[in-house]
Amino acid sequence: MFRSRFRRLAAAAAVAVVGLGALTACGDGGDDGAASGPVKLRFLSLAWQKESLQANKDLVAKWNAEHPDIQVEYVQGDWNSVHDQLLTSFEGGDAPDIVHYEASAIGEFSKQGYLADLADLISGDLKGQIDQGIWDTVTYDGKVTGVPFLLESQVVIANKKLLDAAGIAVPPADGGWTWDEFQANAQKLTKPGQYGVAWALKSPTNRVLNLALNYDGKFFYTDGGRTEVRIGDAEKEVPKRIHDMIYTTKSASPEALGMSGADSLPGFFGGKYAMLPGSVSLRQQMVEQAPAGFEWVTLPPLKGLSATHAANPQTLSISEDSAHKKQAAQFLEFFLNPTNMATLAKGDWLIPTGKRANEELVTLTGGKQGWDVAADSAADLTVAPFQMADGYPEWKTKYATPALQQYFANKITLDQLGTQLVDGGKQVLR
Amino acid sequence: MFGKSSRTGRALQYLALTGYLIFLGFPLVWLVSTAFKPPRELVQLHPTLVPANPTAQNFVQAFTEQELGRAALNSLQVSLASAVLTVLVALPASYALARFRSKLGTAALGWVLLSQLFPFVLLIIPIFLVLRQVGLANTHAGLVLIYVVWALPFALWMLQGFVRNIPRELEEAASVDGATRVQVLRRVVFPLLAPGVVATALFSFISAWNEFFFALVLIKTPELATLPVALARFVGIEGTARLGPLAAGSLLATLPSLIFFAFMQRRLSSGSLAGAVKG
Repeated sequence: MFRSRFRRLAAAAAVAVVGLGALTACGDGGDDGAASGPVKLRFLSLAWQKESLQANKDLVAKWNAEHPDIQVEYVQGDWNSVHDQLLTSFEGGDAPDIVHYEASAIGEFSKQGYLADLADLISGDLKGQIDQGIWDTVTYDGKVTGVPFLLESQVVIANKKLLDAAGIAVPPADGGWTWDEFQANAQKLTKPGQYGVAWALKSPTNRVLNLALNYDGKFFYTDGGRTEVRIGDAEKEVPKRIHDMIYTTKSASPEALGMSGADSLPGFFGGKYAMLPGSVSLRQQMVEQAPAGFEWVTLPPLKGLSATHAANPQTLSISEDSAHKKQAAQFLEFFLNPTNMATLAKGDWLIPTGKRANEELVTLTGGKQGWDVAADSAADLTVAPFQMADGYPEWKTKYATPALQQYFANKITLDQLGTQLVDGGKQVLR
Repeated sequence: MFGKSSRTGRALQYLALTGYLIFLGFPLVWLVSTAFKPPRELVQLHPTLVPANPTAQNFVQAFTEQELGRAALNSLQVSLASAVLTVLVALPASYALARFRSKLGTAALGWVLLSQLFPFVLLIIPIFLVLRQVGLANTHAGLVLIYVVWALPFALWMLQGFVRNIPRELEEAASVDGATRVQVLRRVVFPLLAPGVVATALFSFISAWNEFFFALVLIKTPELATLPVALARFVGIEGTARLGPLAAGSLLATLPSLIFFAFMQRRLSSGSLAGAVKG
């Protein structure tokens, strides 16, 4: 019996050693920059929704079929680990040629010189399609290091039947409610077993800082090259209004505070919450997951002093180390032409940055399922100071998110919130 | 035969055991349930354990969109090779550490433990550069190498504990009977180490099977991706996920570990030494 066990162990060892030899053959093991043959570009994409993934793959396949001399390899990454993946790839000198990410995140890589300046690589036509305010979100130290192509605005998704029952009219696509109107309507929609609103604030910082621009709340101020966090009335307005809805008028559900947008859907579909403030991409879940007969409607962004809120567009960049920047830029021109950009935006339920793409998308969809509201909301988006601030990710994680969570849990006052945010800024910003 | 209090005690024991099994098994049961639910049932206000309209669509999506079959095969290759190689290296090393006590051995054990203190995020870039230099970046062999090195410290510690539990008298008795050193190892020590070897192999296999970060960073070619990397693609921004396909894929990812463990767990029992030394 012992001998038989030993033999089996020895056999397994032999298989492993032979297997390892075979595994060595699994992989290219080196650079793919062959001296001859077609140019090969590696494209790291973060598309993950079914439609979006298919749209990306189809466009890459079409490009490859039409350009035998420039072949693009589609590599799917994921949003949660892409930062570490890119950092390692850049440091290791093996980064993808084309990188999909978002404006607020590429700043770090841009400043470290990992991303190419696209100013001279992309055409005037592509530049002209996108508003300067959106280009500003990807401009670091005078260099344009990404092409912004998909935008995410903050809208309100509402249960149409509950609005009708409360006698609340749906506002037109180009005329959203003010915060006062929104709060009053939330109050009307609140009754036993039903809240007017569910503020899903599991990750509150981005949401609050985005919406704070409604009242010109900037949070990050730069004077003479020095950036600091300041909290005045403008910055306090949105958190205060949300807090009031939860604890004063009780028109917002306290239990939704710890939820993500997706977590709040069962309650929304079950009639427990009448309105969900959230990203324009929430519409996809409505289409895919709403029960039969459930009527939903997309309401335009809320207005304070304005409806302005922060744009953090998804971007496509080219690695500085890429040996084929021109070819990569050619691919971007194809990938982001108006028709293709509209296709990509439709797949992700987001707003294309290009004006013609936006028009094409509204025509393509007939403005239904909230596409009219989504298209109009593009005009409200702008760059926010926090997106350009070094140290924002650290401030957000270490200080802002815990402080906002405490405030929305009614454990600290608005003034204490302000103090914690300012103190956190002093620790992080230099 | 049993008194009343004894029967009550036994009933309570079974009750507690049943409760514990339900506690342990519930996540797996819920995973199975989720894997067969259509999208609308995933967002019900009052979710049910048994899907009202069960569907295999999640499995179809998981397999067609992410080629999970190939990813599972990649994971299986890498994990098996890692497990076997880890055992092969750890077995003689742990014997030496346990039997040949010296200051050097103690220092070696300390160093092995110390190496576990470095977070792998710190090591990943140097590792990547070294593997690239030797032509093993973007290969399964490179990944196996990393997994073996990563699992070795713990495997060494675990196995040397098993070696220490084998009475020296058994080896001495075999020597007295005329066995050579190699024969003692082959016929006495290694067979008695079977539970330790199985435990080490299980640990190495499961570590490699579940590992995500090295596989993400070291493997660039989509066809070589392992299962955890493929599964991560069903997760989106800020906690959103495509729950149906993710559950279907996760179920697939869980099965090999369960099967491997089911086959090997009998070997984990260390009763083979009972009564080996008397006197």
